[in-house]
Amino acid sequence: MSETLTEPHVDHDDAHEHPSDWAYIKIALILAVFTGIEVLTYFESALPIFENTSVTIATLMFLMVVKFYLVATWFMHLRFDNKIFSQLFVGGLILATGVYVIALAAFEFWA
Amino acid sequence: MAITEEPLALTSGEAATVERPLGALTRPKGGNGWRDWLSTVDHKKIGIMYGVAAMFFFVVGGIEALLIRLQLAAPDGQILSAEVYNQVFTMHGVTMVFLFIMPLAAAFANYLIPLQIGARDVAFPRLNALSFWIWISGAVFLNTSWIVGGGGADCGWFCYSPNSGLAFSPSHGVDFYVIGLQIAGVASLISAANLIVTVLNMRAPGMTLFRMPVLTWMLLVTQFLLLFALPVITVALFLLMFDRLFDAQFFNPETGGDPLLWQHLFWIFGHPEVYIIILPSFGIISEIIPTFSRKPIFGYSFMVFSGIAIGFMGWGVWAHHMFVSGIGPFSVAAFSLSTMFIAVPTGVKILNWLATMWGGKLRFTTAMLFAVGTVAMFTIGGLSGVTHSLAPADSQQTDTYYIVAHFHYVIFGGGVLGLMGGLYFWWPKIFGHCLNEFWGKVHFWVILVGFNLTFGPMHVVGLQGMSRRIDTYAAGYGFEFWNLVATIGSFIIALGVLIFFFNVWKSRRDAADLPAPGPDPWDARSLEWMLPSPTPEHNFDTIPVVESEDEWWHRKYGYDENKRVVRIATIEEAAQDGSATGVHLPAPSFWPLVLALGLPLIGYGLIFNLWLAVVGGALTGLAIYSWALEPVDDPDADHGHGHDDHHDDDDDGGDDHAADDSEPVTAGAEGGE
Amino acid sequence: MATATIDSPDTHAADGHDEHHTSTGISNTKLAMWAFLGSECLLFGGLISTYLLYKTRRGPGPDNTTIPTDIFDIPFTSVSSFVLLMSSLTMVLALSALTRGDNQATRAWLLSTAMLGGVFIGGQVYEFTSFLREGVGFTHNPASSAFFTLTGFHGVHVSLGIVMLMSLFVASKQGKLTPKNTETVEIVGLYWHFVDVVWIFIFTVIYLIPVE
Repeated sequence: MSETLTEPHVDHDDAHEHPSDWAYIKIALILAVFTGIEVLTYFESALPIFENTSVTIATLMFLMVVKFYLVATWFMHLRFDNKIFSQLFVGGLILATGVYVIALAAFEFWA
Repeated sequence: MAITEEPLALTSGEAATVERPLGALTRPKGGNGWRDWLSTVDHKKIGIMYGVAAMFFFVVGGIEALLIRLQLAAPDGQILSAEVYNQVFTMHGVTMVFLFIMPLAAAFANYLIPLQIGARDVAFPRLNALSFWIWISGAVFLNTSWIVGGGGADCGWFCYSPNSGLAFSPSHGVDFYVIGLQIAGVASLISAANLIVTVLNMRAPGMTLFRMPVLTWMLLVTQFLLLFALPVITVALFLLMFDRLFDAQFFNPETGGDPLLWQHLFWIFGHPEVYIIILPSFGIISEIIPTFSRKPIFGYSFMVFSGIAIGFMGWGVWAHHMFVSGIGPFSVAAFSLSTMFIAVPTGVKILNWLATMWGGKLRFTTAMLFAVGTVAMFTIGGLSGVTHSLAPADSQQTDTYYIVAHFHYVIFGGGVLGLMGGLYFWWPKIFGHCLNEFWGKVHFWVILVGFNLTFGPMHVVGLQGMSRRIDTYAAGYGFEFWNLVATIGSFIIALGVLIFFFNVWKSRRDAADLPAPGPDPWDARSLEWMLPSPTPEHNFDTIPVVESEDEWWHRKYGYDENKRVVRIATIEEAAQDGSATGVHLPAPSFWPLVLALGLPLIGYGLIFNLWLAVVGGALTGLAIYSWALEPVDDPDADHGHGHDDHHDDDDDGGDDHAADDSEPVTAGAEGGE
Repeated sequence: MATATIDSPDTHAADGHDEHHTSTGISNTKLAMWAFLGSECLLFGGLISTYLLYKTRRGPGPDNTTIPTDIFDIPFTSVSSFVLLMSSLTMVLALSALTRGDNQATRAWLLSTAMLGGVFIGGQVYEFTSFLREGVGFTHNPASSAFFTLTGFHGVHVSLGIVMLMSLFVASKQGKLTPKNTETVEIVGLYWHFVDVVWIFIFTVIYLIPVE
């Protein structure tokens, strides 16, 4: 939590240098392609490599993280905006991941 | 909402077109009658209302405590039936935690945060009013289960499954618990977001984070804990609600549900909750002790960082409440270790308070007595807490009165005593007269003696094996004597509380004959003391420019060439006189109250008749839209746009609805535009 | 020094949207929204964890042993997930259009975002009813309770987002949405994108990762 509490500074640099519409469309295209790959893993015959469950899970998790990151940084403007926003959001994400992964571990979920 | 505010405020050649945005409610004009309290958005009035309501529920919870102690005064007590006993101890815990300590801390947070950081109000004044009204509607809703719900909840304040299921708790008590706490949780969540933004964004020029008073710091950490912990209990409460009202299968072991899930979710929230309760009190005594030691707080940055560390580490210890739940040796060992570590930042704080007093010029006013009492009593509670971190010992202590003794030393000794000290300390600032010191000291000593007589013996009977939450005990186990002592102690506490109320009454009656306390009766250190007492409605005439920690003190004192402290200004010279006029303040509104009234209706509806929930939802929705369409600034107000010289950015334009979107957890609170 | 005071620097911030007059220089509203979204992470985290814990908990039988993963229609859900993902694009385009002052385009994009969200919700309703036809209702077993609760919470979030988008649309129709209000749209957008990233997580972890 405290990482959000940086020294106050008059920060005028969130001057909203929003990317162009074309940049947004490119991001959306990447997201679409990634989603396509994700769905492919469901059809095991599509790529023989997805018959291996660990490979499938690793691929899916990787693509999920990248998609999440792209939406948060581009569509939600985190990469252009004040750091405090990222810190609040990432703080919540890390806390949530931490407590729930540990709680599930106590149920031997990951075993 | 901003998008409507602009045209409404600007295009209005004739004010008549905007006077009543929806025609439903006339815009309140302010004043001093009861209507003003219902529509106020002033953080000070909201703080006072939190305080008054909290003290009311303190009495309610206290009566429940006395009933428990009467039942246990002697073996085979017959005062309460086993069923009613279960309800009374459950509602005692729920009331004291959610309806007394948290709102009393919220009272201090609301009243003091804007003053301590040099602001005119909180970031979102109407949302602040909304938080209060939602909280109180949840609190009243929860307690109406005594009347319409077939009794209070009877599952203990942590309401373990499967005891909380329909099979073992068929009355509506647990339904009221589930929904009441959800409503109160929404209030705390809104308030947390509001106060976080206030502290981060509304500070006076020069008020860097590391010049903020320790109290503001501790309250900020508390708000972060609330922000992140409340959604977890919300999930747990929803699951239980779905189980009970809609036959979901979350906690029914017969169909594969897992009661341990409730325990984890509850304590992931519940342990940060402990610090939510205790940190405001730590902050308060960190203001009182330096003032009455005439020294700056020892190790300011250590105080701040240890508070943050407690806030962090509080997330990693929850399973120490579950050592006997069968969570496995690895989990037990890990949580045992993390629990021992959390004693370190707490120890740092205790050391710093002692070091602040060391060599200081101590003045034992009532507030100071309570602060020192807090340190001493909390230390006892902290030490018994360390004994719980040792899992083998804890396995023996679990569910005995030893645990009850421990957490009362922490929560009453560490939390409530500190808050009481805060009442004595800030009373003159809030009401313009001091509380009587003689009766204050009587109050303190009676409470301290009663407290130790009540909860000290519980260590003994706990280690002797007396189980908590059992409605009676048989003679011959050696429990009789100490239980009787505890019961006597509890009535001494009750006497102490009565003395406090007497003191409030007497001090108010005598105030007219006594000299006014002036802005700064205690020779204190932070910005609120540069304002007249009671605080004027607009807070600061001019926003101060802050140059150091303990800013107010440094405006009164400087150093001579020999580095000795010398007075450089009298209080009257340095203080503001509150004479500013035409200060632009946020306009009052009835909509927060109306919105809050919808939520309990939804609650009753879910329990009794879904049509009622529809009505409640409609009322809430109407209130949200009316709120959004109501201009932030009343165009008819006297101090309109013409002379807003002192306006600060506390109006909440489009802000409100954005944060309203923020409570999808309540059925009807859809984000309004 | 003793009495040095000056006026608040923000003496004329009358419309509440002057971002640069706060201590941190960022807007109150946006900060509150991000704080709320940080809080929401813990809410959805709890619901997702509950589902993960219960996803294979079939009832004791004989009538309640079907779990949602047995009857997922992945191709169908893939399409509705894609629709929700693309609604994030139309959302940023709406904001971008408003920044340019192009009200026509703003309304078009707002409406398409709301409609894409509506398609997603329609898909969810279809999915729920097809589950019900298979006999897998809310009270069927722990796995189904957890599934309906998680996806239902998400669906309620999307629906609230649609209400907000339509309110913006109406406000724009009435001429109340001007480039001065970009922050209002941006904040509704943040909420919308958040709901989208939650679904990115749910789609992968709940639907796609195979259950043994």
